[in-house]
Amino acid sequence: MHVTIDEDKCCGAGQCVLAAPDVFDQREDDGIVVLLDADPPQEQYAAVRDAAAVCPAAAIGVRE
Amino acid sequence: MSAPASVVIAGASAAGLSTAETLRRQGFDGRITLIGEEEHPPYDRPPLSKEILSGSWPDERVWLRDDAALTALDLDLRLGVRAESLDTGAKVVRLSDASLVSYDELVVATGVRPRRLPGTGAVAGVHVLRTLADATALRAALAGSPRLVIVGAGFLGAEVASVARRAGTDVTLVSDIEAPLSDVLGSELGELLIGVHRDHGVRLVTGARVEEVLVSGGRAHGVRLAGGRTVEADAVLVSIGSVPNVEWLAGSGVEVGNGVLCDQYCQAGPGVWAAGDVASWHHPGLGERIRIEHRTNAAEQGMAVARNILAGEHRAPFSPVPYIWSDQYDLKIQIHGLPRGADTFAVTGGSLADRKLVALYGKDARVRAAVGINMIRPLRAARAFVATPTPWEAATAVKEGVTP
Repeated sequence: MHVTIDEDKCCGAGQCVLAAPDVFDQREDDGIVVLLDADPPQEQYAAVRDAAAVCPAAAIGVRE
Repeated sequence: MSAPASVVIAGASAAGLSTAETLRRQGFDGRITLIGEEEHPPYDRPPLSKEILSGSWPDERVWLRDDAALTALDLDLRLGVRAESLDTGAKVVRLSDASLVSYDELVVATGVRPRRLPGTGAVAGVHVLRTLADATALRAALAGSPRLVIVGAGFLGAEVASVARRAGTDVTLVSDIEAPLSDVLGSELGELLIGVHRDHGVRLVTGARVEEVLVSGGRAHGVRLAGGRTVEADAVLVSIGSVPNVEWLAGSGVEVGNGVLCDQYCQAGPGVWAAGDVASWHHPGLGERIRIEHRTNAAEQGMAVARNILAGEHRAPFSPVPYIWSDQYDLKIQIHGLPRGADTFAVTGGSLADRKLVALYGKDARVRAAVGINMIRPLRAARAFVATPTPWEAATAVKEGVTP
């Protein structure tokens, strides 16, 4: 699995951090997503798919 | 219960798409018919009052998925047609092109439409904002530097005021509530927003009801308020809330009221479910029937419905912490939970004066919502008080506790 983010689309909701805290974080000042692990381990796959699905800005891309 | 062979999803916006995607992710390989009234592929609505209206994004950036991703879902995609009636006995949906689509499971995700002022539907210069076409029409109107009057100071009205002021438009915001968003956020943040909008040059007329749109030669030239005062304008945006699209369900036996009435699993009856803006469901955590017209809920509820359709007896209640956000000028307002109806309010981080804060909203001595303005991480910490409704005294006693 390879994860990409689109910082311009990100609206700083933080829903991805709630879904997959080992893969996503937010910048301190504006809340824009920070990708912690672009190639997460298999046990994170389900959480990352949920994060991408629930992102209200459709800013997370997942390639499998 | 055996897995369904076919799922029909009426509505191809965020909730409908989320339902379809989750069904496939869960391994469903039957037919998925996705019906969208608009000709466009599924697109995102929050940017319409923000980046699309301001012109900072090309229109195509609102597509939720590219062609390849849509193709990979292997959908029976019907765009440009509307679900027109439902026969729950025969399990058939009739579309506006007279075709019939059968289903084992139906998901109603037909959303809402803007409420209008009576008699203004065909008047030039009167705008609503729900669709991409609405947004581009309003954008074109703003390009002519008009005087804009916005009727209604909810999320949409306040966001459009912000974008329009940045474009140099002369803006009057008329509202029957005491302050922007005060019905949702209360009087303290309402006051703050009055200050913010005034500082950016918006004329605010609050506590005023619009009686009628002034029309001359088929074109709007302002509004008349109750009491007789008039506000002259070249364009009028009516942003006074929405109406659930449920009329097509009349006579089907599906119970409707303020939306499609569902149980805690988002099920409206045998083989019928609802998701997104149109769905009214019993939220088990809040112990209330609610309907949420916001983007994050649409995606989450679509996911929940898809999982419940496939779960048989192991279906799960839908009990999210609602999340809503609004961008106005340089403010990012974020809301976890439902502040509307709260009976207590406290700023627990930052301050109203700095326009940077975290505030908690309580009801019946427990935290019901956390609202942040430009305080992203501290708000995420405060969300925990909402996710597990924390006693008010405990949550507000540790005011520093929300600041990491």
